[in-house]
Amino acid sequence: MTQELLYWQALNRALDVEMAADESVFVLGEDVGLYGGSYRVTEGLYAKYGEARVRDTPISENSFTGLGVGAAMVGMRPVVEIMTINFAMLALDSIVNGAAKIPFMSGGQFPMPLVIRVPGGVARQLAAQHAQRLESMFMNVPGLRVAVPSTPQDAYWQLRQAIASDEPVVLLEHEVLYFTKGPVDTMAEPPPMHQAAIRRAGKDLTLIGYSRTALQAQEAAAELARDGIEAEVIDLRSLNPIDWKTLSDSVNRTHRALVIEEDCRHAGAGAEIAASLAERCFFSLDAPVQRVAALDIPTPYNGALEAASIPRVADITAAARALLGPREKAAA
Amino acid sequence: MEREKMHRLLRDMMLSRVFEERAAEEYQKGNIVGFLHLYPGEEAVAAGVINAAGPSDYIVSTYREHAHALVRGVPPRAVMAELFGRATGMSGGMGGSMHMFDRERRFMGGYGIVGETYPIAIGIGYAIALRALPESVICFFGDGAVNQGTFHESLNMAALWRLPVLFVCENNHYAIGTDIHRHSAVPEVYKRAAAYNIPAEKIDGMDVLKVYDATRHALDRIRRAGGPQFLEFETYRYRGHSMADPGAYRPPVEVKAYQVIDPLTIGAREIEFRYPTPAELAAVGPDNIARLTEHMISVGHLEEEEVAQIRKEVEAAVEDAVQFSLASPQPTMADAWQHLNSNRRHEQLLQA
Ligand SMILES: Cc1ncc(C[n+]2csc(CCOP(=O)(O)OP(=O)(O)O)c2C)c(N)n1
Ligand SMILES: [Mg+2]
Repeated sequence: MTQELLYWQALNRALDVEMAADESVFVLGEDVGLYGGSYRVTEGLYAKYGEARVRDTPISENSFTGLGVGAAMVGMRPVVEIMTINFAMLALDSIVNGAAKIPFMSGGQFPMPLVIRVPGGVARQLAAQHAQRLESMFMNVPGLRVAVPSTPQDAYWQLRQAIASDEPVVLLEHEVLYFTKGPVDTMAEPPPMHQAAIRRAGKDLTLIGYSRTALQAQEAAAELARDGIEAEVIDLRSLNPIDWKTLSDSVNRTHRALVIEEDCRHAGAGAEIAASLAERCFFSLDAPVQRVAALDIPTPYNGALEAASIPRVADITAAARALLGPREKAAA
Repeated sequence: MEREKMHRLLRDMMLSRVFEERAAEEYQKGNIVGFLHLYPGEEAVAAGVINAAGPSDYIVSTYREHAHALVRGVPPRAVMAELFGRATGMSGGMGGSMHMFDRERRFMGGYGIVGETYPIAIGIGYAIALRALPESVICFFGDGAVNQGTFHESLNMAALWRLPVLFVCENNHYAIGTDIHRHSAVPEVYKRAAAYNIPAEKIDGMDVLKVYDATRHALDRIRRAGGPQFLEFETYRYRGHSMADPGAYRPPVEVKAYQVIDPLTIGAREIEFRYPTPAELAAVGPDNIARLTEHMISVGHLEEEEVAQIRKEVEAAVEDAVQFSLASPQPTMADAWQHLNSNRRHEQLLQA
């Protein structure tokens, strides 16, 4: 059954379905209950499942995330909402030292069916402490899975898969995507949680994005198409693990790759992707893998500067043209 | 208290109220963007506490800090221009509503991460103690912020090392939509300080004279005896948590109980914005500004006409701040890089 849903509604639906099916699923976080969640993701669940399963927490990120870790060790399936990724910095101990390590350092005795949902990204003039991306921090932690849905359909599928997973999953939700709409098929069989999606086929170069940048890459590709440039667009959907096969198959066909990330350029997700593609596809690449990324600067409050600090569609098309070089002229 | 001091408190509170209401309007016009946490209802706390501090004391505040900056003496122009993101703002347009800094006035910042003010405050306190200076740090935080681990960690260190920190809880009973009884096992915040042997008091935060006196005494004790002090002020915010929050989770009767139309009728505008109608509110007792006004009139420190005069003055100051902000330049990307690298001195980094 396919319906048009907003991204937050798709997440809401996924939680509802999982909570109805399995009593070990419970939700906790700041203002998730009575208030219905900062981005409405938990709306209606408090009334339906009660306060014990939709728990409003004090502002104690490290400890309520740690509570999720402990509960997961004994077979519950907690879904922790950290209000935004910026506050997840306070919970790094529970996430990095706890959730990611316990299954391993216990010699595999404990499962970790924990989901940590975190809104993030640059929204609109929220300033340096509320406009961070930070996905590369989580990517750098073995034992954590990192999913980055860009569409309502993926939000629905990946949250359900994350809840079903016995590994800890950090679900990075982009704050500007919550009110985007798209079809959600609740009956279809989902692809694996970490499988990348080819959003548009093309032969001239591969644009690689995730979360919001996957949508920007599609816009850029549409623009490039007007000039006869056929860009393939890959939406990674997962940052750990990364679906290298889909990526390298594409790059082996197009011979050029451009990674688009909203995170800062230095040591960001793009660095990992570019390095790995260079290793995997060196002999089929016609040019070095390039990156379009945010400036290495805290996000300024000023609106124009904020916009200039993160990738815009025009930056992607410009970088794509530069990457194609003389080929572009030949096509024109 | 002498007449002049009371006038100062009243003027600060009225300026804060008018400033914040104007900020809400400018937000709706799109001149201010992002999170905007407003202070109406809580003015007595900022005015009473900061007026009791000396110029050599430090202030560490949260994201709800515009009034704190104003009371500290930052020109309304610089506060408003920061909200507008202009180069002339307190933080050069880089920080916005939640991140206001003024080094000269020892206004050590507005912080957006809940529970972040304590460690910074004890750090400043540690520096003061090491240098044996007659100074203190005033550390603001909300009722919701006392459940962060940093609260306990910092109170412990402050007490252990006898740091000159005044912890000031602005208890408005809510952490966004979660009321204090649902977020704190011990809702009497001041009691928690006892766990660290820090002297603590709970004060009516709607009465600016009480706030002022309690703060002065606490600062005196810090100067005389050293070591931290703790004050909890019970107060209330009339608006939602931020401009993004309609505040629908609060019972109207509760909002009403804390609100009235004060002589400035500013209260009425506030109410029209989201809550019950002005008519519904007529019956309730005075808010903090009305309370001080009435008291001053009754002791002969204020004439009715003066209220209108002060109001005119603060409105003019706020209007001037808005016009100044509109006319101010936007910061450039070069400014932004300059701020980021401002501590790099002359070190030349290798460039590609
Ligand atoms: C570490 C952290 N967690 C969550 C938030 C989101 N948040 C901002 S203000 C707030 C409520 C704070 O309540 P309180 O301390 O009572 O201050 P008030 O806003 O009432 O003045 C929350 C949860 C944050 N900014 N930082
Ligand atoms: Mg509060």
